[in-house]
Amino acid sequence: MKQWPDEQGRFGPFGGRYVPETLMNALMELEDAYRRYSAEEQFQEEIRYLLREYSGRQTPLYYANRLTEELGGAKIYLKREDLNHTGAHKINNAIGQAVLAKRMGKTKVIAETGAGQHGVASATVAALLGLECKVFMGEEDMRRQKLNVFRMRLLGAEVVPVTSGTRTLKDACNETLRYWVSHVQDTYYILGSATGPHPYPMIVRDFQRIIGDETRAQIQQLEGRLPDAIVACVGGGSNAIGMFYPFVEDKTVRLIGVEAAGLGVDTEQHAATMTKGTQGVFQGSFSYLLQDAHGQVLPAHSISAGLDYPGIGPEHSYLKDAARAEYVPATDKEALEGVQLLSRTEGIIPALESAHAIAYAAKLAPQLSNDQLLVVNLSGRGDKDVEAIMEHLGGSADGVH
Amino acid sequence: MESIKVNNAIDKAFENSKQRGEALFMPFLTVGDPSPSATVEILKALEESGAGLVELGVPYSDPLADGPVIQRASERALRHQITIRQCIAIAKEARAAGVSIPFVLFSYYNPVLQTGIELVMQEAADAGISGLIIPDLPHEEDSQTREVAAKHGLHLIPLVAPTSEQRIQRIVSKASGFVYCVSSLGVTGMRAQFHDGIDQFLSTVKNATLLPIAIGFGISNSEQFKRFSETCDGIVVGSAVVNQIEQAASLLESVAEREQGLQKIREFVVQLKGS
Repeated sequence: MKQWPDEQGRFGPFGGRYVPETLMNALMELEDAYRRYSAEEQFQEEIRYLLREYSGRQTPLYYANRLTEELGGAKIYLKREDLNHTGAHKINNAIGQAVLAKRMGKTKVIAETGAGQHGVASATVAALLGLECKVFMGEEDMRRQKLNVFRMRLLGAEVVPVTSGTRTLKDACNETLRYWVSHVQDTYYILGSATGPHPYPMIVRDFQRIIGDETRAQIQQLEGRLPDAIVACVGGGSNAIGMFYPFVEDKTVRLIGVEAAGLGVDTEQHAATMTKGTQGVFQGSFSYLLQDAHGQVLPAHSISAGLDYPGIGPEHSYLKDAARAEYVPATDKEALEGVQLLSRTEGIIPALESAHAIAYAAKLAPQLSNDQLLVVNLSGRGDKDVEAIMEHLGGSADGVH
Repeated sequence: MESIKVNNAIDKAFENSKQRGEALFMPFLTVGDPSPSATVEILKALEESGAGLVELGVPYSDPLADGPVIQRASERALRHQITIRQCIAIAKEARAAGVSIPFVLFSYYNPVLQTGIELVMQEAADAGISGLIIPDLPHEEDSQTREVAAKHGLHLIPLVAPTSEQRIQRIVSKASGFVYCVSSLGVTGMRAQFHDGIDQFLSTVKNATLLPIAIGFGISNSEQFKRFSETCDGIVVGSAVVNQIEQAASLLESVAEREQGLQKIREFVVQLKGS
């Protein structure tokens, strides 16, 4: 099979580089630097060391016995990315890109964040490697994720509120790119999702593929075979592409991305880019996106700030059109049920993002037989969401709802 | 080159200003800001006060290359649900109302792509638009758009930036119309300082092409206008003009008070050009 992306940064027709000219040389330098350093054993060893000794990898592939029994169907394994340092898979990519930034001689890093997990991961590695860090975050998301805002500040990062547009992840991405255009000479942009202009979708996938690589080895060891299906949530799609990529050639493994359906895909309040979107150019690449007939980008909605995004990474669009991966929606309500289901059966409170994957797994598992294997990527833990979940479930800190 | 059309109004405008020994004043406005009917009147006022070419900005939900002033203009215009085809129709209306200076349509790529490259170019040419600037379409991605533009006699104007370095030669070799030099690292907006190596950068571009060069991004007062008049064939003033429109928005929106708002814009332009 052909290696994607090609030299133009394309995954089939998707991807490319649609950015202002001011950034083009920076993207080319980044690609050159990435290709050069990633071929060096010392660079890879430094990243492996930090992932192991600092973030605590490898993460377990945990057999969820009670969840399996509760749902009555496929045997469910959880890939415990929530057990990473900082509580989500985002650290995998942040470590990789920050080490790259240092190699490139940059002293300042910037990042966008939605739920705050990528912002926290970036602030964390910036502290670890002695880099100056600014994180751009929509005002609306700062309200939804107060705890993560404070964590970033505690880690020494500056959190820059974004007040343009919808004040969520999409506008945080715009603002980070605008800032980068002005400071491109000494600043490295740690992009957190598998989105944006080439080479970012490739770099983020490569730094996240450790999720899938570990899962593959672990399931072989535990079960002696590959899983029948893998489920992961998708916003921009970094945890999903990291999980899917090492399995793309294994045609017997179903790859299922779960996107945020908000209040429902038949309402206007959703972030279901694959279910409802069309092809176009957004934030630097050609992919699926939510837009009107005139090419204006539509606001997205999801209970989860990390999935509240009208675009998706180009490699996912490629996998969708190649019919190699399936993309299905899960609503806010289903995600909240997913949170409760996993909390009560396994004692694990998932992030609202990851709860979308749990919600779909809860539908899929009973349709499969009990000798089939289902892997769910548990991309993050729910501590950051507890306050939001409490609001939605109508509970309070002093009582149970 | 095949794509250079001698009868394109942009080429004539630069030839004429060169003969007069001045730089072409090229204001930018966002179409539909503060309202579609005001745009036609603002275009008339800009021509009367000495604009030699005007950039018609298509409002967009995610204007990556723009600073806050033009972002707000996009938001104001989008309240009228303005589409790229309506922008082109407004250009046509301005032509019918007697505006004769060349128009360059400035749009992000996605509205062009969704509407259809062929349809946009055809309607633009029919409306008397002479060229396009697509700020998020670098030369690596522009071959189809360039081909269709050329077919309709439109110039696809490239941007070059102080960071373009060895890319400059490749970019200008495909260019037609003029070359748009980005004055600074950053988004559009009024600024006090330009890139340190700005003069070196401009002379590199000048040496690489026979086409006129225009400078834009940040030029907002008469001192800056004068400084760049000496080296550049054209000067784009975007945010400073849009800022005036924003200040006068409530006057411009009211038919009774519109003339007062237009007068403010004329005064600003006259003062900026120092004439």
